[in-house]
This record gives sequence, C-alpha cells and structure tokens, in this order.
Amino acid sequence: MHLGYPSEKTKKITTRRAFSALLAAGTAVGLLASGAANAKVEGDTIVLGSAISLTGKYATNGVHAQNGYEIAVKKINDNGGVTVGGKSYKLKVVYYDDESTPARGAQLAERLIKQDGVQFMLGPYSSGLTKAIAPVTEKYKIPMVEAEGASRSLFTQGYKYLFAVLSTSEQYLASAIDLAAEMAEKEGRKPSDIKIAMAFENDPFSLDVRAGVMDDAKKYDMKIVIDDKLPRDLSDMSATLTKAKALKPDLLIVSGHSKGAATAVRQINEMKIDIPMIAMTHCEAAKVTDKFGAGANDILCSTQWAETLTYEDPLFGTAAEFHEEFKQTFEGYTTVPYQSAQAAAAVMVWKDAFERADSFEIGKVRDAIAATEMNTFYGPIKFSEAGNNIAKPMVLRQIQEGQYNVVAPSKWASHPVNYPRDAGF
Amino acid sequence: MFDNLSLLGLAPVFNIQLLLDGLFIGAIFALAAYGLALVWGVMNVKNLAQGDFVIMGGYIAYSLAELGIHPIFGLPVAVVVMFAFGWAVYVLVIRRVIDRDLFTSLLATFGIAIVVQQTLNLIYGPEVKIAESGFAIRSALDNQLTVADIKLVSFAMAAALAIAVVIFMKRSRMGQAIRATAQDPRAAKIMGIDTDRVYAFTFSLNAAICGAAGVLIAMIWVIQPFYGITHSIRSFVIVTAAGFGNLPGVIIAGLGLGVAEQYSGFVMGAEFQQATVVGLLVAVLVWRQIQQSRIRQVVQ
Amino acid sequence: MTAQQRQFLLYGLILLGGIAAPFVFPNYTFQIAVLWVMILFALTWDIMGGQMGYNSLGNIFFFGAGMYACAVIQIGLYYNVGEYTSAYGAVRVDFTPGQYYLGLVLGILASAVISAVFAVIFGWIVFGLRGPYFAIGTLGVAIAAGELVGAWDWLGGGSGISMPTYPGEPDARANLFYFLCFGSAVATFLFLRILYATRFKLAINAIRDDEAKAEAMGVHTLRYKIIAWSIAAFFLGISGAIYGNMSGFIEPLEVAFPTVTFGIFMVLMALLGGKGTLWGPVLGATLFHVIKEVTWTHLLGWQWVALGLLIIINVVYFQQGLLGWAQEKWPEAFGIRVDEDSSTANREQRSAAE
Repeated sequence: MHLGYPSEKTKKITTRRAFSALLAAGTAVGLLASGAANAKVEGDTIVLGSAISLTGKYATNGVHAQNGYEIAVKKINDNGGVTVGGKSYKLKVVYYDDESTPARGAQLAERLIKQDGVQFMLGPYSSGLTKAIAPVTEKYKIPMVEAEGASRSLFTQGYKYLFAVLSTSEQYLASAIDLAAEMAEKEGRKPSDIKIAMAFENDPFSLDVRAGVMDDAKKYDMKIVIDDKLPRDLSDMSATLTKAKALKPDLLIVSGHSKGAATAVRQINEMKIDIPMIAMTHCEAAKVTDKFGAGANDILCSTQWAETLTYEDPLFGTAAEFHEEFKQTFEGYTTVPYQSAQAAAAVMVWKDAFERADSFEIGKVRDAIAATEMNTFYGPIKFSEAGNNIAKPMVLRQIQEGQYNVVAPSKWASHPVNYPRDAGF
Repeated sequence: MFDNLSLLGLAPVFNIQLLLDGLFIGAIFALAAYGLALVWGVMNVKNLAQGDFVIMGGYIAYSLAELGIHPIFGLPVAVVVMFAFGWAVYVLVIRRVIDRDLFTSLLATFGIAIVVQQTLNLIYGPEVKIAESGFAIRSALDNQLTVADIKLVSFAMAAALAIAVVIFMKRSRMGQAIRATAQDPRAAKIMGIDTDRVYAFTFSLNAAICGAAGVLIAMIWVIQPFYGITHSIRSFVIVTAAGFGNLPGVIIAGLGLGVAEQYSGFVMGAEFQQATVVGLLVAVLVWRQIQQSRIRQVVQ
Repeated sequence: MTAQQRQFLLYGLILLGGIAAPFVFPNYTFQIAVLWVMILFALTWDIMGGQMGYNSLGNIFFFGAGMYACAVIQIGLYYNVGEYTSAYGAVRVDFTPGQYYLGLVLGILASAVISAVFAVIFGWIVFGLRGPYFAIGTLGVAIAAGELVGAWDWLGGGSGISMPTYPGEPDARANLFYFLCFGSAVATFLFLRILYATRFKLAINAIRDDEAKAEAMGVHTLRYKIIAWSIAAFFLGISGAIYGNMSGFIEPLEVAFPTVTFGIFMVLMALLGGKGTLWGPVLGATLFHVIKEVTWTHLLGWQWVALGLLIIINVVYFQQGLLGWAQEKWPEAFGIRVDEDSSTANREQRSAAE
C-alpha cells in the first residue's frame, strides 16, 4: 500500500493517539458492560452458578443437565424453598454457555466467582469441562456440587471443594466385564479365554471408562484384541468393525458419547457383526431404540440411573414419579436421560447442605456437603473423602424387545440377561 | 499394527470388504471434490465451505425423513434447494471476492462455513443424525462380507450424477460457456458471454452437487453440524492431488482416498483415520512442490 | 513536547496501564491476560501475513507445540512423562516451589526454542508453496499436529495433561501468569518495533511485493522467510507455554491446537486492525477481544453465527482494516501526501495488480 511518502514520525504519533483513545474507550465499555454484582444471597434468593454447554458438541446433554437443575430448583421453590436460620429462601441458578470448550469453561467459572460473586457452584457437563473448572473453584475455595463429570482423575487431586453425585467413570462398564466372565464360566470356559474388542472415543471421559475396563480385564486376565480410539468427528467405524469380524472377540465395548453409540449400532447391523456380547455407553442419549428398532436388541448399556430402580425421596417421590414429572415439565422426552436425574440430585444436595449448615458461611456449607448422607430418587448419596459418591452403584441395562431392563449387577437385576446376543440375522 | 497387516494376508476376504467400503464412500468424496474442482478451475475460488454444503444436503435428507418422506427423494430436493442457496451465497459474498487475492476467498468461505455449521447447530442441535434408508443388506461368505444396498444405490447415483454433469458441461450452452470462461474469462466476455452469470451458475452447480453428495452421506454415514470441515479437507486433498481440470483424476483420487481411510483405520487404528487424510494433504502438497521445483530447474 | 517525548509518554502510559491493570481490576485479571495473548497472536501472525505476504492458517501449530514442549519439560524434569500421563491424572503429583519455578522457567525457554526449530523444519517443507496452497498446507500441518498428539499416548493422547499445580495462593498465581502474558506481549511488540526499523523489514516487504524480483535483486528469500517464521514461532511458543500453565489443563484439540478458533482469530484480528502495520494488529486484537467479551454472553447461541458474519464482512467489505481505512480516509493525518493524479493512478495500478 503506497499512497505517497509518509513522514514517519507524524504517522506513528497519530496512529498511536487514535489507538490509545480506542483502547481506553474499549476497556471502559468492556468493564461497564460486564458489571460486578457481588452477591451470593440476593434478598431471599440463594444464587447458584454454573457454566454449562448450551452450544457446541455437548449441547444436547448440557441442556439435559440444565433441565435437571431447573426442575429441581422449581420443585424446591414450590415446596417451601430452603430454610436457613428460620427464614425461607428461594434458589436461582446463573448460567453461562461454555461452548463445550474447557478453556472457555475455566474462564466462565472465574467470571462467575469473581465478577458475579457466586459462591455456590453447580457443575458443567462432561468430565473435560469439570476438569477445567475444578481447579478454579478449588483455588477460590468455592464448593461445587457437580453431576456430570465422572472421570476418576477428578477425585485423586485432593480437591476439597468438589463433590460429585454420580458414580465415577471406571465403574461404567466394569460390570459388563464381570458379566462376560460369568457367562464364560457358565459355558465351561475360563474367563481368561475371553477376547475383548474395544473402541473408545479419544476424549477424557471415554478414555477413563477405558481405563476402568482395562483394570477389570486384567483382573480376569482377559485378552484385548482390538483397542481403537475413535476420532472426535466420528462418522464411520467400519474399519474397526471389519477388524472385529476378523478377530471374533467375545465382547465388544464401545464408548463415544451419543455419536459413538449411534454409529456403532448402525454399522454393527449393516455389517452383520455377530458378537455374543456388546456393551456401550450413551444408548439412551443416542435414542438407539427409536432409531434402529430391533437392530439395537440385546445390547448392554450402562447407566447411572434408571426410572425402574426402587429409590425414593420426600421431594420427588420415587424414581418413576420423577420420571413422569420430568416428562410433563419438559417437552420432547420419551425417556428421561440420567444426565437430567443426576443434575436434579445435585441441587437437592445443595438444599440439604444449606439446611443442615443453617448458615451461608462457605466453610460450614462445605462441611455440611461433605457430611451428606441422604436418599434421593436418584439413589443414595454419600461422599468419600475425595468427593465422589460411593453409595450409589452403576447399573447395566439390556435392550430387550425395545425396553431397557436392568440385568446387572444381580442385586438390582429385574430381568435375566440374554446371552449370546440374538442379532436377528 | 503388524498383527493387523498379517491378518489381511491370512484372510483376504477382509481386503474385499475394506476395498468395497472404501470405494463406495470414495465415490461420494469424488462427487463433492468434483464440485470443488469446478469452482476452483472456473472461478479460482477455493471454497472452504465445501464440506458444510455437503452437510447441509445431509440435513435436507434428514428433514424429509423426519416428515415421513423417504430420504432418497432428498436428492432432487437438495439439488434444487442447494442450487438456490449457492446462488444467494454467490450474490452476497462470492461475487465480491472473485477478483480479489486468493487468501480472501479462503477466509470469506471459511466465514460462510462457520455461519452454516452454527446455524445448523441452532436448528438441529449437535447430536449426530441419520437418514435411515431402510434398504436391505446383502451378505456373502457366511456374513464375512456385507454390502448395504443403500451403498450400491448411492454409488450408482453418484456415478449417474457425475455423468449427467459431464454431459451438461459438454453439450449444453451453459456448459460450453462455463468451459470457455474457465479457459479465458476476458475472451469469453468479449464473445458475449455474461461471465457473472456463468460464475453464479458454476457456484450454484457446485452447491447442488455438494447437496446431492450430502444426501448420500446422510444415508450411509452419520451427519452432525460440525462434520463439514473433514469433508472440506477431503475435497481439498482430492483436488490438490488430481488437479482441477482433470475429472478422471478426481474420480481416481476420490476412490483412492476412500480406500486409504479404510486401510489406515484397519491397520493403524481408527485414531489415525483423520490424521491420514490430513497427512495425505500435506504429502500431496509437498510432492507437488518438489515436482514444481523440478520444472523450475528445467526452465532455468 | 517533542514527538519523541510524546512517544515515550504513550509507551509509558501503556506500560503503566498494563502493570496496574491486575491491581485496579483484580476481577478481570484473566480476561486482560487473554487480551495480551491475543495481541501477541495478532502481532506474530502479521510478521508473515502482513509484512511478508504469506498468509498462514497454521501458526497456531507453534502455540500448541510450545504448550506441549513446556508441559513435557516441566513434568519430565522430575517424573517419567509416560507414567504421569498414562495415569490420566489419577495420581496426584506434587511439585515443590523450587521444582515448579525451575520447570516453568526452563519450560518456557525451551518451548520458545523448540517452536522456532519446528518453524525451521517446516519452513523447508512449506515455503515452496505459494498463495492458497501455502494457507491450506499450513492449515493441514496444524490440524495434523492436533490429530497426531491426540493419538500419542505418551503425551496423554486425547485425555490431555493436567499441568503441575502452582504452589501458592490463587491471587499470586493469577498475577504471575498475568505478568507473563503481559511481558511476552510487550517483548514481542518491542522486538518487532526494533526489527521493523532494520533492513529485515525491507527484505520481507520486498518478498510480499514481488518475490521473484526480490530474489533477482539478491535477497535470499528462503532464508528471510524461515527467519520470519521462526520469530513468529519463537514468541508463539512462549505464549503457548504460558497459556497452558495458566489454563492448568491441556489437551490437543480444544486447548493446544484450536485451529478454527484461536488459529483463525489471529488472522482476523490482524485483518481487523490493518495488516502490514505495527499498531494494526494491536488495535485489531484489542477491539476483537473487547467485542467478544462484551457480546459473547449476550448473544447466547448466536455468537458463533455473528463471528462468521464478522469474518465475512471483514474480509469482503473491509479488508484494509481500521488503520488502512483511516489512512485512506485521512491520509494527511498519517503524514501521507496525496496529490490527486498519483493517488488515482496508484489506485488503478493496485486494482490492476490484484
């Protein structure tokens, strides 16, 4: 760009003056617009904060979680709110959209705490986001009750202010391994003869599930014949499945959020993969029964919670009653995903803790959360020293005739397991 | 890794499966890549939104399936809708970047890509969607080898579409005008060709081809608002490898890429499938560069 | 007041503002720190994209490379990296303050050098590519790097690495990383300011204007291109190392090699402010970051659509950027003498050249 001959000095100075004016104006606007309300309890309202995925790759489940928070907040507020110091308070949640990216999540947690003055946090969706946010809440000593971050690495960091109502991810598919061993023994084979094919998405959550499976497989000395990691933009896993066809494993395990479940079920049918036992995560979220009908038959799905379980609490009633109420409150649900149920449970933990602490002092509230021992429609909640819920088991359901029936662990099983899988081809 | 290689040697039937899967999907890659070759060659626009046009086509098929119409009818619908969409994009954006430097068209189309994928995300949500064809599945050798009918159908459709486009380019007046403009826009203008219309038509044709490819993708694979970028990269790999004036080259490169992805997934593991595509892109570029520097040396 | 004094005053004010910011606005430390990172991004992109005419879409590669290099050194000095990562953070590892600071300093230095070395290596490969092929090729390198790190178990693969925890109070930590971000941005700016006053700028501008002619005039183009890229990589490596530690958790696709967010932002910011100038990228980055922070939360869901539209409008209708536009509008204010004939002639020449 040559528009004649600039005299260097004047050029620089004018540019700079314009720049500094703009910089000053810009910063001022930025600071004003964001505002800095310092409030943990505004009047008779207790403010909880959460960065949640409303856009980006986790948005569907992020919205499930948000709906879970909302139904519990509404239910608690309609039933007398939270009583602290003899006064009744309402609950309210401030949300920011973390766009499903960890960096954004950490930034928003900082904003919630430092700019909005939030002192009580609810978790984001997914382990990756929780991993990014937990260091922030920890550093400001702000308690966070989270419901969607299952990675066990969250509970080995010595965090004092992180509490999770759900079971950690290494338990997700562990009972599938036990079940496979049991079935092998029934057939008169040794569990160590079992060959496992695994396909896990390359993200923190799925790799954690994988770590749990690996540990359990090692316990039985099972052989892992395929160990593929699925890409983020998964749309085809036929190469992995061709390998599975060639190596004839006894157990196929797939975990890759909803897209993993959808892609796997579709291609397992398309390629007529005949493996006696197939276990997955996120079947419900991927709506595999609606999409594939009989093609999803006899697939095992791990779940944090099922509406058929016999849990109950005074607020929502039984698991089945929560299920009904949720479906009536929010449109478009045929089955309520466990992501929503556990989110609701997290809000109930807050209510319970505030009332037992009878104070809004952070230290007292934190100790009250740590001492939680309650029964909810979602299951019993009791936190370990590390902050994870050790009272509630994971269950394994099998899709039988389009229905999700609990088949393992045996304490909760309502139906016997179908083995080997009848793929129908 | 070597276990997997020896497995292919031991049981050759799996080679056939991988080859077939690769070829069927590769045909669709080639289709989208041909559209890119067209806009690249004729208008010198590098369309980074190529993959997102594909995904848009996919959502058209999905929407029809949701309305109870068989997604295969999405093909004509997608062609029409995407043609119109392409025209609008041309008038609003592309027309203004044709004469600009090459980086401008890359960035502008990247902006279009973001708008398209984010809008799709707002409308349909981020979960993967499928347009189920409900067609039968053929199998042979005791289920060792399986081919879904939809793959055969889509292969045939991709081929038919490609042939139709080729005939159109050769025979129709518009096709001739497009080819003339590609060769020398100034001369074409002097001869009375409305190059602006030719450009608009070319870009819309590309969008329509992408839309058709997307309908097929939605029935074979799965679609998601953010999957466009990988399809864009595939198109770029194919066109850069084949050169844009070269239809047989595009077809061969497209099929080859499909097969290469399957093999890398089988041999190295699914985590390398995408790295393979991008790695091939870089390799192709480097190889081209070596080739060019040889030519330069000869000239010198 | 002479021009020089005014210049010193301005620099002094900005420096003072930068130093005072975390104490005046303690609640915004992180956001202002990110602003400095953004300024560094735009400045380093402009070395190649603005001054040399090589539009890279893959500069983010050096950011990620620096981030991972720093992490490996910080951990590898005291622990087995493979064991640390294979535990997926399931083992808590404590670093003493001495270990932490030594690791951090060495990590930052090494990441700068390693990134620059990568630039030299890749320079040999990609600099033969011209125009759009260069942009696509560099984009390919950045995306491939993210995929490969994701497949590399030793580096934690897709589950990433939890960075060593800072051995101190949260506010001290925030300030430490703030000043690292601030310092690196200021260092980059001053370095480029000095560099652009040398022959080097003339040489790379010559490459931008006509590479073949520059070569014919005896400019060793490949050497200049590689040096320019290494400089960008050097500072990007530093910022990656700092940013990784500031975030506390790194993983390949979203944090280290965010090709479609930060990778594109840096281009956009330089264009917005006006590429090929020293202050343009600074201005563009500041404006972009402030707009983004202010509007992001109010446009829930639509912010990305808005970003896409901003890119389109920016490159299609407003490519000369703020400074370029100001220069055209008020050339006298920039000390540019315009006589009617030459300016129209020039403009015609330019449009013909494009």
